[in-house]
Amino acid sequence: MAMKVGSQTFTFPSRPVLTGWATVSGPKEGQGPAGAYFDKIFPDLTMQQKSFEKAEQLMMITAVEIALEKGGVAKDAVDVFVAGDLLNQIIISGYSALKVGAPYLGIYGACSSFCEGLFLGGLLVDGGGAQYVVAATSSHNCTAERQFRYPTEYGAQLPPWAQHTVTGAAAVVVAARGSGPVLELATVGKVMDLGIKDPYNMGAAMAPAAADTIFTHLADTGRQPGDYDLIVTGDLGRVGRELLVELALRQGHDLSANYRDCGEIIYSREQTENAGASGCACSALVTLGLLFNQNYRRILVVATGALHSPTSCQQGDSIPAIAHAVSIEFPKGGQ
Amino acid sequence: MKNLLRDPKAYQELAEQKKPRPNLAKNLFTAFVVGGAICTLGQFIQNIYIKYFNFAPDRAGDPTTATMIFIGGLLTATGVFDKIARHAGAGTAVPVTGFANSIVSAALEFKREGFVLGVGSKMFALAGSVIVFGVVTAFVVGLISALL
Amino acid sequence: MGSYLTAFLVGGLICLIGQLLFDLTSWTPAHVLVLLVVAGGILGGLGLYEPLIKFAGAGATIPISSFGNALVKGAMAEAARSGPIGILTGIFELTSAGITASIIFGFFFALLFDPKG
Repeated sequence: MAMKVGSQTFTFPSRPVLTGWATVSGPKEGQGPAGAYFDKIFPDLTMQQKSFEKAEQLMMITAVEIALEKGGVAKDAVDVFVAGDLLNQIIISGYSALKVGAPYLGIYGACSSFCEGLFLGGLLVDGGGAQYVVAATSSHNCTAERQFRYPTEYGAQLPPWAQHTVTGAAAVVVAARGSGPVLELATVGKVMDLGIKDPYNMGAAMAPAAADTIFTHLADTGRQPGDYDLIVTGDLGRVGRELLVELALRQGHDLSANYRDCGEIIYSREQTENAGASGCACSALVTLGLLFNQNYRRILVVATGALHSPTSCQQGDSIPAIAHAVSIEFPKGGQ
Repeated sequence: MKNLLRDPKAYQELAEQKKPRPNLAKNLFTAFVVGGAICTLGQFIQNIYIKYFNFAPDRAGDPTTATMIFIGGLLTATGVFDKIARHAGAGTAVPVTGFANSIVSAALEFKREGFVLGVGSKMFALAGSVIVFGVVTAFVVGLISALL
Repeated sequence: MGSYLTAFLVGGLICLIGQLLFDLTSWTPAHVLVLLVVAGGILGGLGLYEPLIKFAGAGATIPISSFGNALVKGAMAEAARSGPIGILTGIFELTSAGITASIIFGFFFALLFDPKG
């Protein structure tokens, strides 16, 4: 039965297991450092579909199917399908849920959806009566651009602090029993807004949320950053990562040794334009693709999301953000 | 040290400090050269209309503008414009090619939502404000000049 | 009408001003272009844009500021011909080619092409 520890953290004493997972991506991500570990890489952004939205759906469904297959779980054994994405009314998740056919909970955490999904999976499995929960998330560069910013062929010049939305999808099977990485505990974040208004500077908007969640996590668990082999944030990018390190230092936490940002890992130096990557799939692809294959003992994944909309920005509001932290342990040093 | 999480102003200052500076010199140079080149191309095309198509010098602007819009539109439709614009910035956005790009990119993108509701309604999503403010300015200036 | 050199220099300069506004302010491209159009209109109203066109040719007519000038010129010319109602009837006179071309090409390019992302 899941238990609350401290102010915002929940432990999962029955130790839910991640028995299967899948990573699917577009071409650019496939050519990056984590690409070798992805289950499927599509060669172009349209993926032979009628729209970019249909392409993103195809990625999410593909990820779910591969994750179920790897976990040895039949579709009708899935107790709950938890999914979130960046699009209005989270349509990618809704339409994917239709195809998955399992009971569905749609979530919106922007780019923090990966950890939000894992947390809910853990909660449903540990004392919630579920045997198998599938958590999935996706993002697509073109669907995000067309909704949040500009038409994809528009000639915009991005500032050097802007980030590139990742094209990809990932799914994880959270199971009550089995072998695999263990979902140990999770800290649910609070919304933070320190007045950043520039929708191109999401790193600065989200760093406070990441900081607040990490500090609360450490206080709730009594742990030090060094208790983790690696702490990663989802997509703070170069600017956000520097800000987080600074915020942590002022709070007495030294993140310099074992902290990195997924938005800076997913693309190689040559591929990186501006401040790095963002998107729901960013944290998921790096974590499941790269980090799950590194022989770590325990990692803390802190997915970060910006909770603005184009309307709120145009109306002059600043950008609120949220971050959720999930601690994953690897039995015997990883898969 | 101050807890910046409780101090939005101080945090915003820190965030401003951490922003990488755009390479101003490179951006200005590229915008100047590309913008100048596009205008030179326009001059060349205009001269052709005057010399070979017998347009009067003060009427040759119309086919020239239409031609530049076609070129901007074609580069947009073939996926080339945004690659140039990434580097050229104002060099491609300020000439009428930028106007064409904003219209054609919107038309292409929203085709998925159909020709009436997508292409038709959203074609001017980006260029609309240029037209609106241009017309309002012309109205006010025209009114002032008529009253003087 | 201008030479290739003046077209290049003036056109480049107007774009440079645009780029300065892009990089040094937090204004979006739409804001900057609106500013340039309004500026072109005001300069046109003051009779300062036409001399620039004489000097720079396409260097002054290709940038979007020229759109503002053309709208103003059309309004003022028609008002001079037919009285104040001319402000309404003349605004699009000189810009009709540009706007019509944009709509036509936008429509037909959308028929034939898809966005590539």
